[in-house]
Amino acid sequence: MNYQYNIGCSLSNLKGIREFVRHSLKQEGVPEVEMSAIVLALDEMCSNLMIHAHHCNPDHLLELHIETPSQGKLIFEIIDDGFVFDINDFHEPELDNLIHQKRKGGLGIRLVKAIMDNVEYFRRDNRNVCRLTKDVKI
Amino acid sequence: MVHIKRIQEEGADIIVVIGEIDASSSIELDLAIAKCVGEGFRKILIDCTGLEYISSAGLGVFMSYIEELRDKNIPMVLFGMREKVANTFSILGLADLLHIKQNKLEAKVLANELSV
Repeated sequence: MNYQYNIGCSLSNLKGIREFVRHSLKQEGVPEVEMSAIVLALDEMCSNLMIHAHHCNPDHLLELHIETPSQGKLIFEIIDDGFVFDINDFHEPELDNLIHQKRKGGLGIRLVKAIMDNVEYFRRDNRNVCRLTKDVKI
Repeated sequence: MVHIKRIQEEGADIIVVIGEIDASSSIELDLAIAKCVGEGFRKILIDCTGLEYISSAGLGVFMSYIEELRDKNIPMVLFGMREKVANTFSILGLADLLHIKQNKLEAKVLANELSV
């Protein structure tokens, strides 16, 4: 099945993204624990893009696609027209440094990398595509 | 959407968190902890029984207070986390950096021990 959700870059829309991902993965029979982790990873990716690439401009749109080419194989694509915010270019900060610097950010990238199997970026039809993949046992 | 209320019990400030904490709502948790510290409470308990979801923005708030509270000798103990919320803390290894207990009684006992 393919699922699609288009959303403006406002942080108040993150709840809608989580509900869309939950609803889609429930249809695919993804177990609760895996589903919660994946919802979290997509929330992190979209909030990073909204903040860093789109400065929370609600007129800028993100497209979120979910594809399930075979049972247990999940492909997520976040498509936008903004500045490319590639999490692979960022080194996750050490937890000790975050505590010492009293930084509130920096944990999201660590979460996404821990949860997803792969995160890659490419251009398609002159747009940015961030593709995240995850295999789950169903 | 998150609702946060504060209850004072036996010298501790209990911050009750209900709903979801993400990048749009983590500021409310931050303000609640800052108020609690600013008002001079010596023990802080975070009631997570109604917390349905937390993203890195919320985790970052807890992380950002670790050093300040340690320096001021104010224990902060979280309790009552649901499994899926606890899992988020575990993925990042935060369960070892924060004080987390199953229920309010255990949290109070630990806060009392730490504040001696």
